[in-house]
Amino acid sequence: MSTLAHDDHHDHKPTGLKRWFFSTNHKDIGSLYLIFALTMFFVGGAMAMIIRAELFQPGLQFVDPQFYNSMVTVHALIMIFGAVMPAGVGLANWMIPLMIGAPDMALPRMNNMSFWILPFAFALLLSTLFMEGGGPAGGWTMYPPLVLQTGNAFPFLIFAIHFLGVSSIMGAINIIATVFNMRAPGMTLMKMPLFVWTWVITSFLLIAALPVLAGGVTMLLTDKYFGTSFFDAAGGGDPVLFQHIFWFFGHPEVYILALPAFGIVSQVIPAFSRKPLFGYASMVYATASIAILSFFVWAHHMFTVGLPIKGELFFMYATMLIAVPTGVKVFNWVATMWKGAMTFETPMLFSIAFVILFTIGGFSGLMLGITPVDFQYHDTYFVVAHFHYVLLTGAIFALMSAAYYWLPKWTGYMYDERLGKIHFWLSLISSNVLFFPQHFLGLAGMPRRIPDYNIQFADFNAISSIGGFAYGITQLLFVYIVIKCALGGKKAKPRVWEGAKGLEWTVPSPAPFHTFETPPKLTKEMLEH
Amino acid sequence: MKSSFHKIILALLLTPFSAFAEWGLNMTQGVTPISKEIYNMHMVTLWVVTVIGIVVFSIMFWSIFHHRKSKGAKAAQFSHSTTVEIIWTIIPLVIIIALAIPATQLLIKMDDTSEAKITLKATGIQWKWKYDYIDEGLTIYSVLDENSAEVSQRNSGKDPMQSENYLLDVDEPIVLPINTKIRILTTAADVIHAWWVPDLGWKRDAIPGFINDNWAIIEKVGVYRGQCAEICGKGHGYMPIVVKAVTMDEYTAWVNEKKLAQAAMKNTSDMVLTMEELMTKGESIYKAQCLACHQANGEGIKGVFPALAKSPIAVESGRRLEHIKQIIYGKNLMPAFGEQLSDVDIAAVTTYERNAWGNDTGDIVQAKEVSESRSK
Repeated sequence: MSTLAHDDHHDHKPTGLKRWFFSTNHKDIGSLYLIFALTMFFVGGAMAMIIRAELFQPGLQFVDPQFYNSMVTVHALIMIFGAVMPAGVGLANWMIPLMIGAPDMALPRMNNMSFWILPFAFALLLSTLFMEGGGPAGGWTMYPPLVLQTGNAFPFLIFAIHFLGVSSIMGAINIIATVFNMRAPGMTLMKMPLFVWTWVITSFLLIAALPVLAGGVTMLLTDKYFGTSFFDAAGGGDPVLFQHIFWFFGHPEVYILALPAFGIVSQVIPAFSRKPLFGYASMVYATASIAILSFFVWAHHMFTVGLPIKGELFFMYATMLIAVPTGVKVFNWVATMWKGAMTFETPMLFSIAFVILFTIGGFSGLMLGITPVDFQYHDTYFVVAHFHYVLLTGAIFALMSAAYYWLPKWTGYMYDERLGKIHFWLSLISSNVLFFPQHFLGLAGMPRRIPDYNIQFADFNAISSIGGFAYGITQLLFVYIVIKCALGGKKAKPRVWEGAKGLEWTVPSPAPFHTFETPPKLTKEMLEH
Repeated sequence: MKSSFHKIILALLLTPFSAFAEWGLNMTQGVTPISKEIYNMHMVTLWVVTVIGIVVFSIMFWSIFHHRKSKGAKAAQFSHSTTVEIIWTIIPLVIIIALAIPATQLLIKMDDTSEAKITLKATGIQWKWKYDYIDEGLTIYSVLDENSAEVSQRNSGKDPMQSENYLLDVDEPIVLPINTKIRILTTAADVIHAWWVPDLGWKRDAIPGFINDNWAIIEKVGVYRGQCAEICGKGHGYMPIVVKAVTMDEYTAWVNEKKLAQAAMKNTSDMVLTMEELMTKGESIYKAQCLACHQANGEGIKGVFPALAKSPIAVESGRRLEHIKQIIYGKNLMPAFGEQLSDVDIAAVTTYERNAWGNDTGDIVQAKEVSESRSK
């Protein structure tokens, strides 16, 4: 306890603009990341509402096809790079030092820079929507030659992506440096909480994958402005080359979004089952194998480009193989719950929903991995349903779970449990009304990224849109819950949840500005397993 | 014996889902041998994952109902079991191997385009399809039908629910014979498109500078509709595909008829039309070919597609030849229409553009002038 009192005593911090703009404190930067991610979630969400409004009925009612395409494109970029990734980095910033007993991140100034790049990068990207010719509209995958038809928005798009890449790589370096150098004595790698493990592995994915994207988009830039023809068949290039480069980044990127979610769920389920995580070591190995495999499956996004049959077979087998470690994870979570003493507070509800709905996304993923059948599924709403199950009811549900799990630690107050549960049930129902019918639309033959459709698709699109609006409105409730919790409420104890283990629960709630200035002496009870 | 047993099992598995087919819930079985095999593979995988899901989630929900603190459950503290972990690594591995074997066989079958009787080349162009019947020397262009084009305008005031084939109809469907192995090549002229008719069982990207090949044997007479499946710009949702499958005799007759009609169309350079005739014809060609970019009011889209209304090239008399040549040969993003449109078509649309939306030049362009511009 004496260390805690010591921390309290030195809890003075800079104030005003200085505190936020020049911050080197992992908690403040973590909060900045989380607030930024939530803001972007609503910006990207507003675009999704425009998309669903246009698709509510057949015919064009609200926007032109070109603007519709730019909404589809920018919605994806914002949600991936602006919402899910920064939310994950924010959690990492806040929690990793607390979980491994470090006073701060290893590289605090770089931490500040990696955050403050983001608002400028998104200002570049979003400014294109107000330009003559509109924003980028070739899909977030930016396939040439189509993307080279982008007007003045083009260089803004490319440089925004460069900046986002730089920011993420700096964040990743910081996490790796922190975890490998700043763990409290006795916190060996295989004793770290799983959330820390998933972030270490994610960081390596970021460092390996993002430079490839940066290279690819730079080649686009020189193709457009400097007369090169990397991707122009007329000049001896190959448009498909870009797709190989993009998906060599893009598939690991999927796991960059998903692995931290796995980490969150692996913290929450044991806590509310009051039982240690089942198969800790196999979880670590499964995460690592998924990460490694993710570099060998990229062409399953491109089965229809006309790959040689040997290539298609290789990528089909490698893709199907991912089902094995992913299955291990799901089984481990179920086994963790088995014979536990479960309670169902909001974080637990979101995590359980994650396990079920992410698995459904995994099932459709396995179906998509079977090459001959993918020739039917590819580029239809079946794919749209698949990746939204994995990313919205997957990654975002896990992020919601994390937010409720750690909110009391961040604010010092309990959130409103009743409202939290309402938020959960409304989110659960609306997101399934939103995305489940899209499986049917895809199977019935509706291509993705079209602003208007044949009348046979009208009913399911109307249902999907209603789910979409409901989901969108429900998320406003989340903002209200967070603000209410930040302003006050029932005081939170240091160990907020009865069954929660780990170092973060040994510091007061809210966590003081500086924690673990001297490394904690680890006892068996402080460790998770 | 064994295979009929398999068929019975398959039929039993498919029954609950085939009822959904009429509701547009499930994948089509299609009309080619391959599309049916793909459908079966899809159903088998769907059932495999459904059963796995039911088993795993049942266990989970059983646990959720019984192992809860409110029921006085005391948490056990076990945290691993090597046996269980080995079992649940091996079972999924066995399942995916069992799925991979038929998938591999099917893929190898799909890859074999040899011994095709007819070769059709589909070229994606923003935003229409060009088809070359390679063996016949016949070329047709297939553009969204006029009704869909009109109804799909923003706030057109027309209800799409009234047209059954809304956005799935074209002016010139392609005709193919049944029970014949057809090789279908896909490529593109500008950006990447994808040629997809669900009833044929596959889609394939159409990539500029590259040619992909696929094949189909259509087993049933009928009309099969599809769409472009790769985002290709603002007209992506507006370039459908319509395949009319007919008997071999009807196909041969159609080819001959089409060839005669096209030969007649090529010889239009001597046709002389009145201003009114040119304007009417020009307007309908403009609607089919030009409207997607230059818009109904000729204003284009700022920053992307230039306006024609009050545009110097469409108004100044000194640039009349340049105007005609740009339609024939294209420029930057604008495709060349010289091959697709006859002399009289180009004459009509040029006349239309020089007189519509207040351009009012009074210029009349005749087919002869277009014909001469081609060689200039």
